[in-house]
Amino acid sequence: MRTISLLRQLSEVVLAIGIAPLFVGWIAQCRAWLQNRTAPPLLQPYRVLRKLFHKDAALATDASPLFRSTPYVLFGTMVLAAAIIPSIATDLPFARAADAIALIGLFATARVFLSLAAMDIGTAFGSMGARREMMIGFLAEPALLMVLFNAFLLFGSTALPSLVDGYATHHSVVDPSVIFAAIAFLMVLLAENARIPIDNPATHLELTMIHEAMLLEYSARHLALVEWASSLKLFNYACIGFALFLPWGIAIHGADGGAAMLIAVAALAGKLVLAGIGLALIESLSAKLRLFRAPEYLAIAFLLAVLGLLAHLLLGTSAHA
Amino acid sequence: MLKSQLLAQLLKLLASGLLLISFAMLSRRRTQRLITLFAWQGAILFLSTSLVAWDAGLTELWYSAALTLLLKVMALPWILHRLIQKLGAQWDSEPLVNIPVTMLVGLVLVIFAFGLAQPISMMATTITRHTIGIALAVILLAFLMMITRRKAITQVIGFLAMENGLFFAATSATYGMPMVIELGIALDLLVAVFILGIFFFQIREQFDSLDLHHLESLREE
Repeated sequence: MRTISLLRQLSEVVLAIGIAPLFVGWIAQCRAWLQNRTAPPLLQPYRVLRKLFHKDAALATDASPLFRSTPYVLFGTMVLAAAIIPSIATDLPFARAADAIALIGLFATARVFLSLAAMDIGTAFGSMGARREMMIGFLAEPALLMVLFNAFLLFGSTALPSLVDGYATHHSVVDPSVIFAAIAFLMVLLAENARIPIDNPATHLELTMIHEAMLLEYSARHLALVEWASSLKLFNYACIGFALFLPWGIAIHGADGGAAMLIAVAALAGKLVLAGIGLALIESLSAKLRLFRAPEYLAIAFLLAVLGLLAHLLLGTSAHA
Repeated sequence: MLKSQLLAQLLKLLASGLLLISFAMLSRRRTQRLITLFAWQGAILFLSTSLVAWDAGLTELWYSAALTLLLKVMALPWILHRLIQKLGAQWDSEPLVNIPVTMLVGLVLVIFAFGLAQPISMMATTITRHTIGIALAVILLAFLMMITRRKAITQVIGFLAMENGLFFAATSATYGMPMVIELGIALDLLVAVFILGIFFFQIREQFDSLDLHHLESLREE
């Protein structure tokens, strides 16, 4: 029993690490199709990673150990987060170590390290990107917390696996608060992963970039790890979204055997394909916001999440209560 | 029993959608988007009214749902679209005062409305009694929109949205108003939009803009 859940845990983490670049590649492909461009091959992110790993790393002369260790910290935190989030199964030995609030702390740790590393070299772009990232981060975090509080209120737990379990046992119609929370979560996901309304992941246009500005000084294997970590972050966010709002198919506690796992993997793949199309559609349809509009955007996300809480508290609990 | 529970849940969902659209209206700058949102609000209103009519088995409510569909989803948005096209104001965007602050004020209004509606919904016996708070909030939010906007068209849209909120409040508290009153209100709205449309042209002829700011100062000539 113990080994089975450990095995499950391990397979989930390996799957997350392996599949994350593919998800990014899929989004890029959908975007290219929507914009009438020839799409890059689906495996392009892997090729980029391989190329980067084969290169020799160049470091700035005044780079401190912090700068060198940050890629490993980033990758480590993202892998840890992937271990906590129930993407295919809820019976995860690791997930007991931390609940969803600690998960947000993990993301914050990664953000702080990346920002410090960007400031470490002392270039203008690095510090600019770091400052912008911190501004977005401090606005996005409360919104994300509020979204999670919605789910906590609904199922009375702060651990993501038990939320999914709770969802599977209550066959209720969608609670009104879930709609607000889902929209708020989508907005936060776009902002946190440097996607289009806030930042353009494909740009190297110096004055508008946020995420890319922080990576300018990285090269070779360091850059590869940072890129991989950011694709893992997107994957993790998508999986949090699935766990909170679309938890169908995830192998719940007690569902043993290979069949449930196979279904869970198939469901995850299907959801990721759809999510990729959705994200590409949103990114193609919307224009990048001016940086000074970003607080407004995130304030709306926060407000929607709070409205969800209010709707839940004041409309009375739904049918299952 | 299960059916009515499901229905109540669905109605709450629709009511939340109404609230969501009200907030979206508060944050939009473009006039055209506002009209689309207004049409959506009408559509949700139509759906919820039909659901209540189906649940309560009231023929009158079916009529008022049909009236909502005709007037608020089709006729009024179409007239408003025509109006802004003639005025050449489709792409107008107005400077808004600090959207986050407006949103926070809106949030306070929602809490206030929910608090206000609690004793009323205790007394009501309809299936939709829980949504009275949302109806009140929609009214107050539309009011807030009228206060913060400066263009004539957006103020009219705010006025129409407020009527939507009132209509929703009526259906959720007492299964709607008597048919005569409802017909009268519908006709009033239609006429009001026509008259205000004429006003738009007059205002623009006088001041070369639809900004109501110009109407605030008196001039002797």
